[in-house]
Amino acid sequence: MIELTVNGIKRQVDVVAEMPLLWVLRDELGITSAKYGCGVAQCGACTVHIDGKAVRSCQAHIGEVAGKSVVTLEGLDNKDQHPVLQAWIEHQVPQCGYCQTGQIMQAISLLARISKPTDEQINQVMSGNLCRCGTYPRIRAAIHAAAANKTAEK
Amino acid sequence: MGHMQRLSRRAFVFGSAAIAGGVAFGAYGRAEAVAPASDNPLAAGLGPNSVSFNPWVEISPDKITLIAQHADIGQGVGSVQPIMIAEEMDLDPGQFEIRFAGPSPAYFNTGFADEFAPFVAADQSPAAEEARAKTLEWLRQSGLQMTGGSSSVPDTYEKLRVAGAVARETLKAAAAKRSGVAVADLRTQSGHVILPDGSKIAYVALAAEASKIPPMLDAQPRDPSKWRMLGKPMMRLDVRAKVMGELKFGIDMKMDGMLYAAVKLNPAKGQPLKSYDASKARVMPGVKNILEIKNGVAVIATNSWYAMKAVDAIACEWAPSAYPAEQAEHWKVLESSFKPEFLGKEWKKIGDIETGLKTGKLVEAEYRAPYVAHQPLEPLNGIGLVTDKGMEIWVGHQSPRFVQYVAATAIGLKPEQVTFHNQWTGGSFGHRLEYENVRVLAEIANQMKGTPIKLVFSREEDFLQDIPRQIAIARHRGSIDKGKIVAADLQLASTAPLKGLLERSGTPSKDPDGQLAAGLWNVYYDIPNFRATSYEAQGLSPSTTWRSVGASTSGFFTESFIDELIHAAGLDPMQARIAMCTVPHYRKVLETVAEMSDWKGPLGSGRGRGVAFVESFGTPTAEVVEVTATPDGIRIDKVWVAADVGKVVDPVNFENQVQGGVVWGLGHAINCELTYAKGAVQQTNYNHHEAMRIYQCPVIEVRGLENDPKVRGVGEPPVPPAAPALANAIFAATGKRIREMPFNKFIDFV
Repeated sequence: MIELTVNGIKRQVDVVAEMPLLWVLRDELGITSAKYGCGVAQCGACTVHIDGKAVRSCQAHIGEVAGKSVVTLEGLDNKDQHPVLQAWIEHQVPQCGYCQTGQIMQAISLLARISKPTDEQINQVMSGNLCRCGTYPRIRAAIHAAAANKTAEK
Repeated sequence: MGHMQRLSRRAFVFGSAAIAGGVAFGAYGRAEAVAPASDNPLAAGLGPNSVSFNPWVEISPDKITLIAQHADIGQGVGSVQPIMIAEEMDLDPGQFEIRFAGPSPAYFNTGFADEFAPFVAADQSPAAEEARAKTLEWLRQSGLQMTGGSSSVPDTYEKLRVAGAVARETLKAAAAKRSGVAVADLRTQSGHVILPDGSKIAYVALAAEASKIPPMLDAQPRDPSKWRMLGKPMMRLDVRAKVMGELKFGIDMKMDGMLYAAVKLNPAKGQPLKSYDASKARVMPGVKNILEIKNGVAVIATNSWYAMKAVDAIACEWAPSAYPAEQAEHWKVLESSFKPEFLGKEWKKIGDIETGLKTGKLVEAEYRAPYVAHQPLEPLNGIGLVTDKGMEIWVGHQSPRFVQYVAATAIGLKPEQVTFHNQWTGGSFGHRLEYENVRVLAEIANQMKGTPIKLVFSREEDFLQDIPRQIAIARHRGSIDKGKIVAADLQLASTAPLKGLLERSGTPSKDPDGQLAAGLWNVYYDIPNFRATSYEAQGLSPSTTWRSVGASTSGFFTESFIDELIHAAGLDPMQARIAMCTVPHYRKVLETVAEMSDWKGPLGSGRGRGVAFVESFGTPTAEVVEVTATPDGIRIDKVWVAADVGKVVDPVNFENQVQGGVVWGLGHAINCELTYAKGAVQQTNYNHHEAMRIYQCPVIEVRGLENDPKVRGVGEPPVPPAAPALANAIFAATGKRIREMPFNKFIDFV
């Protein structure tokens, strides 16, 4: 049994230590906001937070996640009022929507580090998150809007 | 009816078949919305005291359900289609549930009538409209239920608004009967019929009575000036659930007792497995079973990852490919396909092409476009359950009836024994018109009778089995005399994407592939001597429809060549196109993009703009791309797009779709190709086939025009002009003419 904390709840899973966190979340725990896209850290659709950092869950072996705190999009604090999620809704970013949960988790991590990112900084941090539908112009706009909202709150 | 009737389109449309009742012109779909109740597939599933007026509206005592006829592949079908009905029914978002249509001929796609009839979109002559009406009748007879060809709005714009109007008026009639108030004194608002005294009757409370009166089939949809939601910025109904991570895609579905499957299939597409050794896999963690299927092996496990790891450990010996094993051979076959024996069709001939080519200065150029992959971010998947009664399948797919046919055929059932549940999909771009996951899932579930099986393709397997976009070479010739283009002879050799898809759908066609005319013959410039000819290469990789299909390659070839001719004539690329454009409202599209981009000719050293104009799926689309040649390579600074769709029904989504189409067109033109070695594609993940990421994404300004007499789609039309506009911009900035995709083989990009 491997024990970890997911969205504030202690969970135990009976899987091999090499299993990526992504597949523990999806197939063992039924948490589906982390998506399988590539399996090799090329698309970012599986992005979650481990101890507060954005991580590709397809690359994090569960044995190494044991004892750590995992947050998926489902477990975000203040989810219904979250400024990044609100900006994503207001700008109607999604088309198919499959990559967007990963995009959002990456963007939250970006804004935690840089409260008002430039386009260049957005490019640097968000380029690992692929969107096949091409919603990049709206992702950019939503991040700027979320940054402005957060700044306005302060 | 079982599988789609095999009717020869040519015989039907262009033979002597008489169309009963004459020919209907204009918007399609009204006839479907007022079809007899016996044709309504919802009737069989209705509960007590419930009513369904047509195949799109169902009201029970506790809820209203609206049917999204098409598959939602990210284009917004799951929002705009119910909203078209809700607009007419005076329903508000939140007052109805949405369900995807099941397989039924009632959901045949009227929107294909324009695309399949052999007339260019701008031709609105009586002959063209008659051919379209006959094509519509063929579609009706064959029951072709398919999402594609940017037809989701064109198919449903009239149909769903009429369906909603019929529902509204019938509910009013039921309320009139109950209350004794004349229908003329009733109105509807927010899911209720409102009586003159202000009292309200909920639609759900009228379901039982409405089921007992004949539907009001003469109901008319409202004039667009009365719209509350359509045509105005509105919130897509699926946005919130997608952002909150609450929307379940097909890959997220789970069933009690379900096991997980992964597969390894012969990378030589369509060829069988010869032998395999699963001794290592058999003892790996989580493995429950190892199955042999027609063209590979499957592992059944307790978790997708266990299944993928174990299937990786199986050593397989494969039968060789039926097409050339090496990429260089594919190109050689194409090069030698410009011959009469491979003729697809001479699609258009104007004037005297041979004399025209001898007049003035001759310009010749050859262009190439490689195989490319679809690779939506959600890999192919599905859940299947086979029991003694038949098969149930949960999969996101664009062709419900063909899913039934393919799954049934794979395991010896009849199509009607396959129950299909469509799912939200994480993209398609044409991928979910193909069937490999469906066929394989049927085989696996059939060997695991009684257990629900969730099949997920690994990304690598998805790449290896992805039936690619057509590969093509164009050999174009033209001539310039006295500052004018006097001749253009456009010749194309290509694999045939639509023919391949139809064959795999069980409805093979002997007609020339109409998608090879797209972008080749629908050229709206005043060129006195013009010819467009397609050749269909034989024996190459199967190919299929990829976002914008034929126009994705021919749009690049034609608009690059036109640009070369214009430069050879010493003209301005924008002004020359505007001057040559023969269709007034298409010219307006070019004028609009010129105005948006403030086009004033060359930008000066190291910078350049290119323009391209392509009509695909009836939507004329013009794009201007602006680039800077930096020391590190080409940087795309900005893109302007104008497209005329007749009516912009969902403006925010319209902009999003157009931007996405531009990103798709540019990204794949820059860095994507699939190449074969030893019969398998060499690119098996996104690091080998990347397309555009955010750092390369320019600002994209979009404007929708509404001058076309018909309502058109927008999912695909922004794609074809993107590549040629970029190539033309690179030429303007650097003097370098790139005639082959992907462009990064010839020039660096930032």
